[in-house]
Amino acid sequence: MIFERLADSLRTAQPAALVTRLDGPQTGAKLLVHVDTAWGDLGTSGLTHAATQEARALLAAGQTAIRTFGEDGEPVGMDVRVFIQAFVPKPNMYIFGAIDFSRAMARMGKYLGYTVSVIDARPIFATKARLPDADNVIVAWPDDFLASAPVDERTVLIILTHDVKFDIPLLHVALRTTAGYIGAMGSRRTHANRIEALRRSGRSDAEIARISGPIGLDIGARTPEETAVSIAGEIIALRENRRGGRLIDGTLPVHNARLADAML
Amino acid sequence: MMEILETIERWRGEGQRIAIATVVGVEKSAPRDPGAALAVNERGDVAGSVSGGCVESAVYEEAQDAIVSGRARLVTYGISDADAISVGLTCGGTIHVFVERLDW
Repeated sequence: MIFERLADSLRTAQPAALVTRLDGPQTGAKLLVHVDTAWGDLGTSGLTHAATQEARALLAAGQTAIRTFGEDGEPVGMDVRVFIQAFVPKPNMYIFGAIDFSRAMARMGKYLGYTVSVIDARPIFATKARLPDADNVIVAWPDDFLASAPVDERTVLIILTHDVKFDIPLLHVALRTTAGYIGAMGSRRTHANRIEALRRSGRSDAEIARISGPIGLDIGARTPEETAVSIAGEIIALRENRRGGRLIDGTLPVHNARLADAML
Repeated sequence: MMEILETIERWRGEGQRIAIATVVGVEKSAPRDPGAALAVNERGDVAGSVSGGCVESAVYEEAQDAIVSGRARLVTYGISDADAISVGLTCGGTIHVFVERLDW
């Protein structure tokens, strides 16, 4: 059964794409595509093959979309629409520094659908008991950890150590990654000092501009929980290329247009 | 789908017939992205959502019908649709929802 195989894939965090035929007598026919295997049949072997290839391309990009083919899978055909839904593992949130803010941030990260890891070099502070919501609590030097951790465009790095001893080596490693968000906690003065240190060691202004510091949106957050909300807002706003003000003050549509727009 | 997987599996374990409604396309401003899903069982229980709540009851009816008839269908809701007055999206967008019985 396709559904059971899909459920197994999701449980084991294996990337999978579910393809549904939207037109013709075989409407609803299913195909489940993994990186190296596929199950199911969309009606013709040509269509099944073409949709499998397309599903793997979308899976690699983590995208969900509608594609149109000929009845036998011809790429220029317009007979059959298929819906390709990519299921990719949750993105990673790495929180550096096991402090009060980390506990609130870990909880917020879980709430937003991240796999959350908290990293701190001090075994006394980096404990599961202090960070109950984190998926992983790791005792390691932050820069050592990040140098070998998986990072992609969906990865979020939150640096709460605010100690130059940890921050600067970590920011050097962070700027070499493709992480979608790099936030560093600290006052304006702390951040100015960081920028100075990074510049002295050869980092360009464009690289330094990737760092969100002081971290978060300007909502006047006071508690660790409110700060987590402020950081979460900034993470989403940057991903969506938004400024993060009040909707009441704006004129843009409330939701950004999506890739699948106008495909039907 | 990810969020309602456990619920669907539990219903299957109870021998319930199930329909799934999935957002396959959105136009302009829509509250949920493609892939958002709602599931209904023959007892009438619901899990998940396909919008901010504006078309859920209409989708629920389609899903109930799909459970009985087994007929899969693509349904459109939005300002361009004749049903817009009764079940349109308050946000002004259009969504395309594929409704099917879970027999795969």
